[in-house]
Amino acid sequence: MAIAIRAEHLSKEYRLGTINHGMLYKDIQTWLARKTGKQDPHAQLGADHFADQKDRFWALKDLNFEVEQGDRVGIIGRNGAGKSTLLKILSRITAPTEGNVRIKGRVVSLLEVGTGFHPELTGRENIYLNGAILGMKKQAVASKLEEIVAFSEIEQFIDTPVKRYSSGMYVRLAFSVAAHLDADILLADEVLAVGDAAFQKKCLGKMEDVSASEGRTVIFVSHQMNFINQLCRNSILLSSGEISERGSTSKVIQRYFARSAREVASYVADVDNAQGADISIRRMTLVDSAGDPKASVEMKEPCIFEIDYDVRRNTRDAFIALHVFSGDQTLLIDSCDIDCHPDLLASRGPGTYRFRVGLPAQLLNAGRFYFEGWAGVPQRNLTFSKTPRVPFEVVDTGSSISQFNQSRECVLGLKLDWQND
Amino acid sequence: MQVTEIDDSTRDEPGDWTMVLKPKRGWLDIDLREIYRYRDLVWMFVNRDFVTVYKQTVLGPLWFILNPLFTTVMYTFVFGQLAKIPTDGVPQTLFYYGGSMLWGYFSTCLINASDVFSANSTLFSKVYFPRLTVPISKVFSNLISAGIQFATLVVFYLIYVLTGAHVRPTWWVLLFPLIFLQLAALGTGFGMIISALTTKYRDLRQLVAFGISLWMYATPIVYPLSQVPAKYKLIMELNPVTAPIEAFRAMFYGVGDTSPAALAGSVIATVIIVFLGLILFNHNERTFVDVV
Repeated sequence: MAIAIRAEHLSKEYRLGTINHGMLYKDIQTWLARKTGKQDPHAQLGADHFADQKDRFWALKDLNFEVEQGDRVGIIGRNGAGKSTLLKILSRITAPTEGNVRIKGRVVSLLEVGTGFHPELTGRENIYLNGAILGMKKQAVASKLEEIVAFSEIEQFIDTPVKRYSSGMYVRLAFSVAAHLDADILLADEVLAVGDAAFQKKCLGKMEDVSASEGRTVIFVSHQMNFINQLCRNSILLSSGEISERGSTSKVIQRYFARSAREVASYVADVDNAQGADISIRRMTLVDSAGDPKASVEMKEPCIFEIDYDVRRNTRDAFIALHVFSGDQTLLIDSCDIDCHPDLLASRGPGTYRFRVGLPAQLLNAGRFYFEGWAGVPQRNLTFSKTPRVPFEVVDTGSSISQFNQSRECVLGLKLDWQND
Repeated sequence: MQVTEIDDSTRDEPGDWTMVLKPKRGWLDIDLREIYRYRDLVWMFVNRDFVTVYKQTVLGPLWFILNPLFTTVMYTFVFGQLAKIPTDGVPQTLFYYGGSMLWGYFSTCLINASDVFSANSTLFSKVYFPRLTVPISKVFSNLISAGIQFATLVVFYLIYVLTGAHVRPTWWVLLFPLIFLQLAALGTGFGMIISALTTKYRDLRQLVAFGISLWMYATPIVYPLSQVPAKYKLIMELNPVTAPIEAFRAMFYGVGDTSPAALAGSVIATVIIVFLGLILFNHNERTFVDVV
């Protein structure tokens, strides 16, 4: 149980605002202005001070954690949580303000793909350059050259200047170099965001390989939960510079979604049927099986919607519908209550009612969707009430798809039955 | 990831951490071993700088010779013919060519060193490697072009010697690499001192280029030190670049206004400047990522 990284009271502070104006004469002018009490010619609109010492911001606050050798750890969190700052400190690009980090082994970090690539040099020359920048000896690069070129799949272009490469080729080459380095610890920051699905899968596989077979520690920052889920055994959730959860990846991912789901996926009408419509939807919410409002549902659970509506007067031929849209606003589901209750077509009496309708588990793939409620008479093109589209998330925390190391780009997440003949 | 608390008493391995990242670093905390480990990177930078200069050019490496040749022709005309400044009896071509080669090496090292952080800010913010490798690699890349010029100089030199001109080499000639070494150190050291300022204030960079041009005229490049009136001579000798230039002339041409005292003074100044430069460079390296 050797420890590869240990952070103790790690903190990083940044100063906000413009530190200086980058031009000596401007700084002098501002200083003069302050001294004589005149207006600062370079102050930004709305600001009334310059390089205020009080504007400080703690990007990381007192982090304490350990990473074991050979472990694959994911670091997740919202934008601005401090993930990149943490990686920068671990990569020695910036120093901590307080606390310290102890590291055992060589660190290679991939904060950006293709660091140091020079456009005029060929792919081969850039492999050597990039390898040297990342700390590899020339001999080591030479011995791994074939592997690197093979992994990147651009053998025929390896002697062309890199400025001729497409962005996909660029990424392949850059990742290939980094992936074959002799490092004990690999830090990767969202580098898989580029590249096509096949390549991403290859990269994930490679990272898993180096960890499993060569005992390398991998620290992976990403916003793609399915990558984190596939690759990382353990994870850390950063939130506003602090660790808010750590442990097994599925636990941390759950917590991440729970946190970002402070609001629930819900619509509540503000005015109580002011137009006097026959039917008005008062409230529509995504709930879990216990009836508690949620903003995200796991793939393996059904998506249940509760619709509370009022009927003002007796109505005929009225429908109440659930619309579900994919992330790009394609209508996926248009389901109506009268599908199950045709008697409601004949008459709906006045009153307050609640419907509960659910999408089966594992119908939708992981991603963002929208729901909408509608009440009206389609025959007469009459809309009584329509909710705005409310977003909700479907989360993959270990479905049958994710166990096979992939992310599928489809909307539906059905697990179908394949039968041998 | 079982623990949430770090319990030093039971889990501390006997001090075999590869590195500890802490907020404070000493003023002169330079890891020379690390720079040695990254020596391949220095060669890579040199290679990259050299190759990219002449890729897709017509004349290629020939430019390393043509540029100083044009400069020499211009100096010969302006200072030699028009202004008629004597050159201590040394053939004018040799005098100006040698001078511009030396000054070129010194000033390029200086400018490169002063620009390290601004020119490489993207690279530095993405990956770690010892930042000193960059100015060190520039010392060597500039040496290549200086070396080519030197070879050309030797050719001219031999021509002049064989045609019986007024040049008498001395045995000190064999020490000429030291001249280059001192110029490299002086230029890089000074550049590192400046880099701490130009990183923060961009307008100072123009000042640097301007300053270097002025400095050249304050150094006996286009005139020998012997031509300087006595009352200004002391000031000129305070210029640390003066001594190596004159020493070079003394070595190669047999005429040069220098003395062991002057040289010693210049070397001491060089050491101090390099020391200061390293300190400031180190300090800047730590903080510039957060500030630039």
